[in-house]
Amino acid sequence: MSVPRFWRELDTRYNLIGSYCKITKTYHYPRRSFNPEAGRESIDSMKDYQFKGTGEVVSSTVVHQAQTGYEMFGPYCIAIIKLDEGPKITTQIVDCEPEHVKPGMKVKSVFRKLGEDSESGILHYGTKFILNEPEEAINSNDEDISNIEV
Amino acid sequence: MNGIVSYGAYVPTHKIETGEIASVWGADGSAWAKNLNVYSKSVPGPDEDVITIAVEATRQAMKRANLNGDHIGAIYTGSESHPYAVKPTSTIVAEAIGATPNLTAADFEFACKAGTAAIQTCLGMVGDRQIENGIAIGVDTSQGAPGDALEYSASAGGGALVIGDKNIIAKINHTTSYTTDTPDFWRREGQKYPRHGGRFTGKPAFFKHVVSCGMMMMQKAGTEAKDYDYVVTHQPNGKFPIRAAKTLGFTNEQFETGLLTPRIGNTYSGAVFLGLSAILDIAKPGDRILAVAYGSGAGSDAFDITVTDEIAKIDRSETVESMISRMKIINYATYAKYRGKLNMGATK
Repeated sequence: MSVPRFWRELDTRYNLIGSYCKITKTYHYPRRSFNPEAGRESIDSMKDYQFKGTGEVVSSTVVHQAQTGYEMFGPYCIAIIKLDEGPKITTQIVDCEPEHVKPGMKVKSVFRKLGEDSESGILHYGTKFILNEPEEAINSNDEDISNIEV
Repeated sequence: MNGIVSYGAYVPTHKIETGEIASVWGADGSAWAKNLNVYSKSVPGPDEDVITIAVEATRQAMKRANLNGDHIGAIYTGSESHPYAVKPTSTIVAEAIGATPNLTAADFEFACKAGTAAIQTCLGMVGDRQIENGIAIGVDTSQGAPGDALEYSASAGGGALVIGDKNIIAKINHTTSYTTDTPDFWRREGQKYPRHGGRFTGKPAFFKHVVSCGMMMMQKAGTEAKDYDYVVTHQPNGKFPIRAAKTLGFTNEQFETGLLTPRIGNTYSGAVFLGLSAILDIAKPGDRILAVAYGSGAGSDAFDITVTDEIAKIDRSETVESMISRMKIINYATYAKYRGKLNMGATK
């Protein structure tokens, strides 16, 4: 990613700045200049809004084949979370056992390094999420494969 | 009256035990742990560095006292492990707390006491009424070379203090410094790991500066050890700070709250900030604190502090102890991966 492109989105990535539509009274992330639900009338009705950074997991998966730049995390958890204000975002859940993340678990935002252009390139920082409740043991209802006949 | 308006701290979630490190090098883990009085140390994750720790600690400080970026006129970050050689950590912290653009910012370096030098700078600017509040940050993610004695203690963490003259939770009554050219520990430009003078880091370096500065501080304040409820000094391992505190006349009850190195290792520039945060987590109005930092190269900064009634008005629900209790143990292989100690070859 070019340096200016990342720089233009610093407040969105650092501080979860999105938009609030005064017509539909809905929140949007990332920032929008207009709300498709309200049409062109919303162009002057959008205002910046800083999300609280709390929400809950909607769905999650464990990535074993790490994408470039994430090799040091493997395996890691990628989740869709729903912010308390409504928008859903895709994010990495860190500082936990990835398989412990379940739908409905509370999360909160943290400031983390997202990546780097190269060893000598610019560093990218922004928002990831951590669990905002005690980490639970892996669900005991999962199928016990030792009893499966093959 | 100038002093601390709020404080924040951050300790990474991962930790490694001394015995695990020793087992890799065929050393006696119990002996190392006992000799250093360091039983585990914090480890930054792959996406944590000085900048992320500084931001988290500063955000906690802002949240505690319900401050916003408009209140901040200066940010100074002290560290010896800034991610950039050229580009300030402090500007990123400023952006992340919404303090830009009407402030001044810079990064400080003085081994492990760069953060306390930042406190003194903020005190001067607040005292001179150039700014309403300034933020001093001490944070590090330092490393010891594989197999070196430093590997058992070099850890990660940091803290942030908002310095101002209104609504202060702790008054800084006095500050003083003791500085010499003592080459006990250094890292040359471009080198990944620091080098040190072994036993030379003790008597002519840490002890001479910390004890001298602590004595100077008490002389300036007209106090004795018994006048303080708490003392916190720099803590390169778990033994030096105890010996220094006892030399200055302090007892276990006075230094044990701020002594975190046995559980989280040496957080370098973060050490005094974290120890002081642990004390402020439980301090009562009227409590008096002596804080003495040390940075190799070498120098000490001391602070004579009195907690005020305002401390009851800030949110102290998130504590250093709660952060330490959340820590998760990792093995040496994971530690080596997280700390960039693996040779990834030419393809990476």
